[in-house]
Amino acid sequence: MSDFMSLIVAFLILGVVLFCWWLPWIVRRNQPSDQPTDKSVGHNFDGIEELDNPVPKWWYYGYLATVVFSLGYLVLYPGLGNYPGLLGWTQVGQYEEERAQADEKYGVIFSAYAQQPVLQLAADEDAMAAGQRLFANNCAQCHGSAGRGFVGFPNLTDDNWQWGGSEQAIKHTLKHGRRGNMPARGINPNLTDPQLEDITHYLLQLNNREQDSDAAEQGQPLYVQACAACHGPQATGNTAMGAPDLTDDIWLYGGSFDAIMVSLLEGRQGHMPGQQKFLSEDQIHLLTAYVLRLSGRHENGE
Amino acid sequence: MQSPGISETYNYKVVRQFAIASVVWGIVGMAVGVLIAAQLVWPALNFDLPWTSFGRLRPLHTNAVIFAFGGSVLFATSYYIVQRTCQVRLCSDRAAAFTFWGWQAVIIAAAISLPMGFTTTKEYAELEWPINILIAVVWLTYAWVFFGTIRRRRTPHIYVANWFFGAFVITIAILHVVNNLAIPVGPMKSYSIYSGTIDAMVQWWYGHNAVGFFLTAGFLGVMYYFIPKQANRPIYSYRLSIVHFWALIATYVWAGGHHLHYSPLPEWAQTASMVMSIILLAPSWGGMINGIMTLSGAWHKLRTDPILRFLIVAVSFYGMATFEGPLMSIRSVNALSHNTDWTVGHVHSAALGWVAMISFGALYHLIPKVYGLQQMYRVSWINTHFWLALSGTVLYTVAMWVNGLIQGLMTRAVNDDGTLTYSFIETLDASYAGYIVRLIGGGLFLAGMLLMAWNVWCTVRQDDALSLDNSPVDPPVEHSMDPEKRSHDGVEVQA
Repeated sequence: MSDFMSLIVAFLILGVVLFCWWLPWIVRRNQPSDQPTDKSVGHNFDGIEELDNPVPKWWYYGYLATVVFSLGYLVLYPGLGNYPGLLGWTQVGQYEEERAQADEKYGVIFSAYAQQPVLQLAADEDAMAAGQRLFANNCAQCHGSAGRGFVGFPNLTDDNWQWGGSEQAIKHTLKHGRRGNMPARGINPNLTDPQLEDITHYLLQLNNREQDSDAAEQGQPLYVQACAACHGPQATGNTAMGAPDLTDDIWLYGGSFDAIMVSLLEGRQGHMPGQQKFLSEDQIHLLTAYVLRLSGRHENGE
Repeated sequence: MQSPGISETYNYKVVRQFAIASVVWGIVGMAVGVLIAAQLVWPALNFDLPWTSFGRLRPLHTNAVIFAFGGSVLFATSYYIVQRTCQVRLCSDRAAAFTFWGWQAVIIAAAISLPMGFTTTKEYAELEWPINILIAVVWLTYAWVFFGTIRRRRTPHIYVANWFFGAFVITIAILHVVNNLAIPVGPMKSYSIYSGTIDAMVQWWYGHNAVGFFLTAGFLGVMYYFIPKQANRPIYSYRLSIVHFWALIATYVWAGGHHLHYSPLPEWAQTASMVMSIILLAPSWGGMINGIMTLSGAWHKLRTDPILRFLIVAVSFYGMATFEGPLMSIRSVNALSHNTDWTVGHVHSAALGWVAMISFGALYHLIPKVYGLQQMYRVSWINTHFWLALSGTVLYTVAMWVNGLIQGLMTRAVNDDGTLTYSFIETLDASYAGYIVRLIGGGLFLAGMLLMAWNVWCTVRQDDALSLDNSPVDPPVEHSMDPEKRSHDGVEVQA
């Protein structure tokens, strides 16, 4: 805000507050008496008269108290244009201060956990209780409180990883997030709808599901043409690109014929938001252990 | 100022029409409210249909109760009051009739387009641009009729009720036009000309003044006529009405920013809204004091007159809600109350307790008058309605206060390691009992509204009920309401 606008703003706000002070003062100054007299001012509207009683004293002083409070608040806090207030308060400053206090108070808990390897943490009940709380606060909204996911939100308990299940990969996912992007009709926009149906039959065949084997046979070369670049010639996927394995009968967006067709016709865009703005490095370490535990890794001894 | 001619009459037709419309829309709006309250208890009542889903019916409820019910009450009472306190007929019958049919067309358009999913997404301003243009035209016509009538008045002064109606008419015109400025991109689709934070600020400047001028200033006008008339007592203090009127309109227009604490809105604007909201307590209570003290010396009438009971309890709820509002506008309190059911409870303590109850009192006074009757068909039913409305309001409000505090405290509770103790779904689970109590409260309130409709039906169907379209203007009243208290020396306020 320019200094000029700032002056106008301050002038307007102070003007209204001071008007609110002046108004009862001037009306009260001309009161004939401090006590109710029940004299009429002489108006008569449809039989309604108005009395010239004084404004109640307690109300008047209460009114002044709100004005005094407001003026005091405007001195202490930012309100009059660019004037920052004696306390130097800002909402961002308050947030950062509260964050710093929280980090100081709670940081030690997580830094202690961060000293231990993730698989050891994954077997530690106390650590996992804390991890579960982090998960409930930050992850359960999409992945569900038990981590079993939903359509479009991966199941974290099946040890099946779209972006890789190593400690490194999971940490990366948590910190920076992931963006999945499956283009409509794969990489061949010229595929016709019947051809997409053939591909769908081929995919069902890969998963030993009921299909039309003639259509699946025709779908196979089309698959190689349009899908293999990401999902691989054997359709086993590519975690580097987040391209799911299409042979394990695990379907992020549904495995029915119709659901697969929607994926092919419209493409799919998945977005896992990165958490590093909200969680510390140490918290992400603990959360990685919790995600690994959800998938049962700590028991496999990997 | 002129003496009334023999042939001068009041236009009661438009008053009657709006009064009956307000009863009808009251039932519709409150019934939708009860339905969506039930949906929050039994989600199956969304019926898995887009048209009956909570997200579409909630704006239908708010628009119906505020603009269809509340709006019709304000049209009816302002047309009645401005004629009677100016001792003159409305300046144009045809324009007044246009405002009635135009307003009903707006309501019908809203009732169709909102369930179909057409919405600007601005709270209390959801209607799309063609309807907004109709509203603007109707409103400007209303302003013309109202101020045109004031201009022709036969009284030397303008009565305080008309100050409030005047402020309400002017401010709502400005708010409606400015907030709804948009670029149309289709017959029922438009984009706001504002973006981001500015859009939010304009929206809440509108939204809070929909409360401040539609639901407060307008209904203060209602209060200033019907309480002294029903109690047959003079207004307690003319001085107080001057102070609280000017302070109210000077501060209310600033208050909208308190809906945007801890947001990208610059801190100075948040603070300015907050301090204005705090000061607002004083003028609001000034109105409450003037209403309640008008009854001083006639308190015994509350024992026998259920209409007066409605009016006085309404003013009491007004006082409570206008204490709560400044409290909730304080930054640190708002951090607890925002996005919880406390807000819903606050709004309804004002909407049910103040707006609806003052409306019921006014309509029970006004409807017999415009049908040439002494009183309603059954006065005892008014009393039953009063207790239904009061218990409904208390149940509703208390349930939402409790829920709001539970939600606010649960969402800020942290564990020993700094993580949140509760997830959102747990706050919802804890609120469930409150939702049931709220549904019961809303149901009681609706039951009272239905009883009122039945009473109105029986009243207007009586053999001696006359549709008084052209009621003669009463000769100027020379006698005093309270002879021993009256003085003719006419002390003018030297402000």
